[in-house]
Amino acid sequence: MNLLKFANISRGKDSSDRVGQIMLTAYILLFLVFLVLPLGGLIYKSLQNKQGEFVGLSNYYLYLQEPALFLSLYNSLFIAITSTIIVVILAFLFSYALTRTCMPFKGFFRLMALIPLLSPSILAAIALVYWFGNQGVLKYFLLGHSIYGPIGIIMASVYWTFPHALIILTTSLSLSDSRLYEAAEVLKTSKLRAFFTITIPGARYGIISTAFVIFTLVFTDFGVPKVIGGNYNVLATDIYKEVVGQQNFQMGAVISMVLLVPAMLAFFIDRYSRKKQISLLTSRSVVFKPKKHFNVDMVMLGFCSILAIIILLMIGMAQFGALVKFWPYDLQLTLSNYNFEVAGLGWESFYNSVRLALYTAIFGTIIIFIGSYLVEKLRTDEKKRGVVQFFALMPMAVPGLVLGLSYIFFFNAKDNPLNFIYATMIILVVNTIVHFYTVSHLTAVTALKQMDKEFESVSLSLKIPIYKMFWRVTLPVCLPPIFDISIYLFVNAMTTVSGVIFIYSYDTTLASVSSIHLDEQGDVAAAAAMAMLIVYVSIFVRLTHTIITKGILNRTQAWRYNVGDTN
Amino acid sequence: MLGKNEESYLATNNLSKSFGTFEAIRNISINIQEGEFVCFLGPSGCGKTTLLRCIAGLEIQSTGSVIQKKIDISNLPPSSRDFGIVFQSYALFPNLSVFSNIAYGLVNNKWNKHDINQRVGELLDLVSLTEHAKKYPSQLSGGEQQRVALARALAISPGLLLLDEPLSALDAKVRVFLRKQIKDLQRKLGVTTIMVTHDQEEAQTMADRIFVMKDGEIIQVGTPTEIYTRANSPFIADFIGIMNFIPAIIGKNNKAHCNSVIIDCDTQDFQNNQSVHLAIRPEDIQLNVEKSDNNVLEATIKEIEFLGSFQRIYLEASNVTKDLIMADIPSPNARKINLALNDKLNICFPVEDIRVYPN
Repeated sequence: MNLLKFANISRGKDSSDRVGQIMLTAYILLFLVFLVLPLGGLIYKSLQNKQGEFVGLSNYYLYLQEPALFLSLYNSLFIAITSTIIVVILAFLFSYALTRTCMPFKGFFRLMALIPLLSPSILAAIALVYWFGNQGVLKYFLLGHSIYGPIGIIMASVYWTFPHALIILTTSLSLSDSRLYEAAEVLKTSKLRAFFTITIPGARYGIISTAFVIFTLVFTDFGVPKVIGGNYNVLATDIYKEVVGQQNFQMGAVISMVLLVPAMLAFFIDRYSRKKQISLLTSRSVVFKPKKHFNVDMVMLGFCSILAIIILLMIGMAQFGALVKFWPYDLQLTLSNYNFEVAGLGWESFYNSVRLALYTAIFGTIIIFIGSYLVEKLRTDEKKRGVVQFFALMPMAVPGLVLGLSYIFFFNAKDNPLNFIYATMIILVVNTIVHFYTVSHLTAVTALKQMDKEFESVSLSLKIPIYKMFWRVTLPVCLPPIFDISIYLFVNAMTTVSGVIFIYSYDTTLASVSSIHLDEQGDVAAAAAMAMLIVYVSIFVRLTHTIITKGILNRTQAWRYNVGDTN
Repeated sequence: MLGKNEESYLATNNLSKSFGTFEAIRNISINIQEGEFVCFLGPSGCGKTTLLRCIAGLEIQSTGSVIQKKIDISNLPPSSRDFGIVFQSYALFPNLSVFSNIAYGLVNNKWNKHDINQRVGELLDLVSLTEHAKKYPSQLSGGEQQRVALARALAISPGLLLLDEPLSALDAKVRVFLRKQIKDLQRKLGVTTIMVTHDQEEAQTMADRIFVMKDGEIIQVGTPTEIYTRANSPFIADFIGIMNFIPAIIGKNNKAHCNSVIIDCDTQDFQNNQSVHLAIRPEDIQLNVEKSDNNVLEATIKEIEFLGSFQRIYLEASNVTKDLIMADIPSPNARKINLALNDKLNICFPVEDIRVYPN
């Protein structure tokens, strides 16, 4: 009879449903405070004059009147589109080699290709300065053109965005039904025709998606054009100049909007094409296994070797530059470039970066995983879940620079009760979590989707509260993706520039930002040294992560490796 | 209605559930007795799973009520209701061993370790999986996994067992084996059971009573034999088993006129000139009969299908219907009379086996 006391309190909901509802509301509030309202504030700022009066679209009108600013838009588009075309072609060939040929040393090449992920984007720019800069070793390669400008920006952008493209394209190309190729072969189709009628259409959405992701990354990147752009202005550097140089916040806000719109568009087209991709493979498909084909395998080996060598030359040169006493006159090796006291700043910014990365990884993973669980598994509140899902996807469409700028406007306001987080580590952590929220959220959602949707129902029928089953089943099963999310957040927090360039303070300088400032002061060697520090930490953390993950997985995931006789 | 509820273990009163504008189930009122095994049977999308989930509280009904043991449980969350459930996907926790999966519900209900060991041991024995206790779900076959799911659901001794298409994901042989095992188990424990299925054979072999559903409504309730022999609509007659339908018009003599042939059958519920369908099961048609019998007509063999224990003969009788008529004949008999294509023979529709449905 004790069943009766629950009746009619709330239709069919138990305490875990209610806790879930409250948490969902909390997430909506957090997103409002840390994403929607700041962005709203930024839009509003772009409609104000310097005195804070509402002036409608007149700032935009001013912007269109200014040919120099308009040129930057053209430059940004040119850089982004050119880089995108190059990266998509290179990454497609590389991932084709990894997934569709029997090229040897695939594991090695995959590892090489992912190296750029470990460094901030500016590292590529610094390495290029050493190779092709005014005192570069291979300066004559450019036939009189300067590396400071579009050439340098495109080369550096191609370098650092390459792994991003590779990851998407490899996934897309590995989703292929070998039965289609067998059918083509039986119908006496030539290899070339099969490539154009099966391979390319199959990877079509992956290619589209890659193109838009790379476009957005390059279009909104700040570090590379700052270091190697010279007098070649792009939107991202314009915003910085308007805000930091001329204190013209309104114009900074306007240019942010100009940066935001193409990024948003690219994001929605990307989402759309990803949805299409899923339906291509059915559960009846048979995974494609490449066959040996000597000529193709060797050509691919050559191609991948060249790219791997270039990647090694880039990071190698950055490391060499960081160790050289006085480039290019005194090539003696020294550690003095790592003594940042000389350059007027100590190791503090490096420690700050590590702290930021740690906090972001720990709190970000917890917040994002619980959020994705609420979105994916809560039984009630369809609408609120939809809202949180939408908010979780939004950060992907917002360039880091724009998010950072919106944070200064919003949290620096005197009447904002959260004003106290301004110029602290907290605002950096929050900003970084929000900035990298989407990818982590999608990783978590994918993992949760793979869990049987009836686990919660079973638990309820067995009178087990949901939080217990979350602890006992969901969390252990999702441990590998949770580790992946934490490492993703850590490395990105270490390497990001555009997200934090506006909101670091005197007490919270960061390694990536210091690297830019050192370069600005002309101390390229120290800049390289600082950037390399980030690389060391990223490598160290990845290695530890691999070891720990293996150790923990062996203990907790025994069930995963025990797939024995299934009948 | 209330009087009935008092006797029944589980009842729903005018239960409806809508998803947006789509009405998944409409005004469903059922009564299930204690210890009964009932099946909700119907094609996919008929609302049978929604009905089951409403009974479990996994979906909340839009209107109507659910009564279990005379208590209105309509607004209770699933965790406060008394049931165990088994899903088509098994939903076994992959990181827990078979033992821990079965013990999962007991741990929380404050059982001590010794009692848990004993109870899980009993259940493992019940589903004959004792030697697999330490394995993980991924090391078991589909059938074994489903038995673990069953044991897990039964562990807390629920008053009501809900089975949501429990056998659909399994191979044919395993399915037949598990059908019997589940049925035996249910009989032994006497637990009131509701199973959802789209497989009419499964429903017929396992259920005490079948609730046939279509488009969100229950269209017939009865024992498997009742449903098979006295289907109340051509839909059910066709959905359950194989059926020949022959268009006809009721004539003045109260007989059915099919094309140029007159068939004798029970037409008392129909009016003169009404257009109807005559329905007869293939196995009820008699072959090679004397011409003098009632309802005998001449037909030509157009096709013979060998189906193992019986053969299905496709017969052409164009003076009766333009469709081919199916007749089933046990294989030993077929061998005796040695049928061949294009043979002509006399067939008979026994009057008592013909059912008449309005058009």
